[in-house]
Amino acid sequence: MNIEKTQNGTEVTLTLSGRLDTVTAPQLEEKIQESLEGTQKLNLDFENLEYLSSAGLRVLLTAHKAMTKSGGQMEIRHVNEVIHEVFEVTGFLDVLNIV
Amino acid sequence: MNELTVEATPENIEVITAFVDEQLERYDCPMKAQAQIDIAIDELFGNIVRYAYHPEVGSATVQVEVVNEPLAVVITFIDQGKPYDPLAKEDPNVTLSAEEREVGGLGIYIVKKSMNAITYEYKDGRNILKIRKDF
Repeated sequence: MNIEKTQNGTEVTLTLSGRLDTVTAPQLEEKIQESLEGTQKLNLDFENLEYLSSAGLRVLLTAHKAMTKSGGQMEIRHVNEVIHEVFEVTGFLDVLNIV
Repeated sequence: MNELTVEATPENIEVITAFVDEQLERYDCPMKAQAQIDIAIDELFGNIVRYAYHPEVGSATVQVEVVNEPLAVVITFIDQGKPYDPLAKEDPNVTLSAEEREVGGLGIYIVKKSMNAITYEYKDGRNILKIRKDF
């Protein structure tokens, strides 16, 4: 997986490509951790993400809670069909902000 | 049928995924089904890596077979670790809010929902977990 970070004031966008799974989820977790401070809006762009597994869900949930707790928000963009189905069956469509 | 035996380590999730993908591509498996199978491998082989031999390391075998009528792929995960039936676990509550939520149990649930069949048996000291995905 590759993660590209762009920052615009207090808004951070992480663009992911590849696969978000057991092996790569810690990379995203680390990237999010170092992006949290001072960030009001965290965008995760999934346009080039092939799929995610439950290891990825765990990181997304933790990040979503951290952003909400600090008064900010997290948004997930460009979700493909496979990822959308994972969010749907696990109820994450109702938990995360997916646009 | 093709099979591959490797040490159940995190690095080998990728090796197993590449091995299975190679078979699937040979049979023109649709991209969506392939992605769902890859997710299932991450969940199921990942479980073996995390729990089967913990804290020791052991080996695991993955078998891939393409069957007809309906055209489907059957993938079998075999390990000789602690007996563990992932299907015995109750399905997670997927209607909880972000605050109440736990991610435990979601992996096997995703697999159940995206595969056409999943079976488990413990036989001769081996955990045998089989999934079937119709093309």
